Formats: sequence, C-alpha cells, structure tokens
Amino acid sequence: MKNHDIVEKNVGLMVVLILVAISFGGLVEIVPQFFIKETTEPVEGLKPWAAVELEGRDIYIREGCHVCHTQMVRPLRAEVERYGHYSVAGEFVYEHPFLWGSKRTGPDLARVGGRYSDAWHKAHLFDPRNVVPESNMPAFPWLFDNILDGKDTAAKMSALRAVGVPYTDEDIAGAEEAVKGVSEVDALVAYLQQLGVLLQQKR
Amino acid sequence: MSTFWSLWIIILTVVNLILIFWVLMANRKVAVSDDEDPENKKTGHVYDGIEEYDNPLPKWWFQMFLGTLIFTIIYLALYPGLGSWQGLLGWTQINQLEREQEKAAENFNTVFGKYMSMPIEEVAREPAAVKIGVRLFGNNCAVCHGADAGGNFGFPDLTDDDWLYGGSPEQILHSLVQGRVGQMPAWDNIIGEENVIAVSEYVLSLSGQPHDETQLATGAQVYAQNCAACHAADGTGNQVVGAPNLTDDIWLYSGTAAGIRQSVRSGRFGNMPAQSDKLREEKIHLLAAYVYSLSLDDSE
Repeated sequence: MKNHDIVEKNVGLMVVLILVAISFGGLVEIVPQFFIKETTEPVEGLKPWAAVELEGRDIYIREGCHVCHTQMVRPLRAEVERYGHYSVAGEFVYEHPFLWGSKRTGPDLARVGGRYSDAWHKAHLFDPRNVVPESNMPAFPWLFDNILDGKDTAAKMSALRAVGVPYTDEDIAGAEEAVKGVSEVDALVAYLQQLGVLLQQKR
Repeated sequence: MSTFWSLWIIILTVVNLILIFWVLMANRKVAVSDDEDPENKKTGHVYDGIEEYDNPLPKWWFQMFLGTLIFTIIYLALYPGLGSWQGLLGWTQINQLEREQEKAAENFNTVFGKYMSMPIEEVAREPAAVKIGVRLFGNNCAVCHGADAGGNFGFPDLTDDDWLYGGSPEQILHSLVQGRVGQMPAWDNIIGEENVIAVSEYVLSLSGQPHDETQLATGAQVYAQNCAACHAADGTGNQVVGAPNLTDDIWLYSGTAAGIRQSVRSGRFGNMPAQSDKLREEKIHLLAAYVYSLSLDDSE
C-alpha cells in the first residue's frame, strides 16, 4: 500500500510511469519498422510519382477517394483472386501519407493500374452510372473543367524530398511546366493508371 | 531482420512481460477473513466518512490475468512474434495464403483443365462452362461491357454479331489475350470544320439516315481521300484495324449527326487492356467461350 501512495500522490511520477508502461507496444511494434529493410527498401522499379501523377494523388485525397476505396490487397485468397498480388511494404516507401484506407464501400484500388482504359476511367469519373448502372459512387464532373496551374507542384515535391522521396533537382524544376494546363481528370487518371503495376500476378 | 532489431523486440517484450507479472504479484494480497484485524482491513482513505476496504483482486480476475500471460507465452512460442523467431508452427500469412490457393487449385483445376482441353466452340455449348463464364465476365469485364455484355458508349456490345475485330473464337481469344487498341485520329486540323460537317453528312447517308443532300458530293470526296483507308471505300469497315462498319445501325460511339461530327473532329481512342498478364489462361479460355456463346445464340 505504501508504494501505491507514492504514485497516487505524485501526478508527475504517475505520468512518467504511465508513459513507460504504454511505450512498450510502440517501441516493439512501430519503431523497428522505421529501420528494418523489409519496410524501408522500395520494391524493384519503384519510382517517385511524376509531377502529374503527384497532382492526381492530391486530387484523390482532396475528393476523399480513400474514404471509400482502400489501397491494400491483403494476403487472403479471396482478395488475391479478385485484385491480384497482395500489397507489400516496399511498394509504399514513397507514400506520405499512406492511402491504405480502412473502409471498402468501393473496391480496392491498389492494383487498378492498367486494368481499365483511360477512356473508361473518364466515363466512370464523369458519372459512374454511365458504365456501371448499379454504382453508388458519386460523380466528379468538375474534374473535367478544372485545369491545373502547377504552381504548388514543385513545393510539394520539395516537401516530399525532405521526408525521403528521391526527387531530383530536374524533377522539381520541370514540375510546373509538366503540370500546367493538364485537366484534373487527366492527372487523376494518370495517378490511377500507375497504381500497383509493379507487382503483377495472374488472377 | 537484423540481429539488433530482433534482440530489441525480444528483450523489450520479455522485460514487459516480466514487469507485468511483477506488478501483478507485488500487489497481491491475501483476503483477510478476520474483520477485526486493524492492519489489513482499510486503505486509510476516508471520503465524507466513507472508508475504503483494501481487498485483494477478485480471484476470477486474477486468474484470467495469469491466463493471458500463459496464452502470451504459448502464442509467442508457436507463432512468429519475437523478432526473428519463426515460431514452432512455421506459420506465416503468406504460406497460409499459398496453402489456401493450392487447395483451391485442386478444386478448380479439374474443372478448368477439362474445359481448357476442349476447343472454344465446344466449351461455348457447355451450359456449365457458360455459367462459369458469366461469373468471370461479371468480375472482370462487366464494368466496361456491361453486366449483360450489351456494351456501352465506347465499349462494344458483345451480344450482337457485329464485330470490330472479328467474332471467331480465335479473334475473340486474341482480343482478350493481347488487348486491342483502336485509334481514330482527330481530323479537324487536317480537313477543316467545313469538311468535317460534309463528311459527317456522307457518313449519315451510308447508314441510310436523314442527311443534307447538298453536302454529299464534297463529303464523298473527303471520305474517299481520308476515311476509306480504314473504313473501306463502301464504309463497311475493316476488322484488321478495328475500324467500325459505318453502314449499319450499330454505333460504338454515336450515330447522330452531332456524334459523328464529334468523332471526326476529335477522333476516338478505344483501348481493350490485354488480359494475358492479368488473368490465368484457363479463365481467358472460359471467357472467350462465354463471349463466343453470346453471338452463338443469335445465329442459331
């Protein structure tokens, strides 16, 4: 009872001890992942997104696509059968933040790259009911009207470089020109078409 | 995983378990049956005259706590959890997946194998195979071609007997395996808007739709110079390049005056993605048979 008294009567000590108690999980489960090569080495062929794809990814985030679509094929037979090769950590080393998501109102998109034509994606984004009558996905017609000016693209790339994405100076210098004048839908489709193409497996 | 991180995980986990066990045991007390014993009865906390008994943990709770510790030890021995320790069972999520896939393959390979050895024409007449084909089509093709294979704007109807690239089993298989890229160039910069309108009127006339007679002569000339190479001189198209037949009433994009002008002006780009690196051969075979069976019903 005496020791209890000491902890209960010193809030500062209690805070310290609580921090020690709850830090074990993070130290064991999270910290090693920053350093072990299984999670920090990119898969073969992984490149940072091109400027247009990067803008497409930001549109993906802005429109909340990740709220209904995951980007994570789990190693379960049903998922591998439907989507293709399960996701591996090395595919995501340049992702800041991850867009794994947690809710599948729509299908997983981790391997959607190359699966449908650009024309299909555009028809589908303009109004999903054009191609899939029973779809409950919202339509995104404004993506066709909005044109990107690319003013922030270079800054975004610099920020990503600061956290470890290997963009070169040329990448950053050419970013605005690459993005300027591209419609939002083209940028988004460019982003979608490169998703998961590095690991292919026949379903 | 490097030895350092392996040890990091093992040591922290074990220390954590020992500390938990220590906290549990260090605070353990024995129930005091003698109510009059002044030392063990109360905690000494008094709130508004209410005193707090210093009782031990309930026995069921204490035993459950011990149970979780024992579970942890058994779990960490059997499964990979302690750094590089692979676990006595040798289980990984990947080998579990592979076992499930092998089991499924045993089931499906007999069925798939049977149809794989049959020519597509015969498979297309097997009701069971067609049923599998419907499911595969729903999973892989329906988003573009529609659940009923009836097509969509820009995505061909597979149920009729009008084919862009040919409807023989070999051609269908080719479309599936290698994909198809059909490209019509944009003509507005090449022939000019006036000729776009004229040739569109001519194309309307090919399929017997109402058109502007005064434009026909110019239109025919523009057509012969620019369009006949792919769509053939009589407008019946060319399956080698996937140029649609313009003389029937089946339109991949649009058969209205405005739609045809749009096609001529800006061009069209159709892309059927190749499935050879996406789907297994057996599934493509069944899909080809299913698609072939759709037009079979029309002709018989």
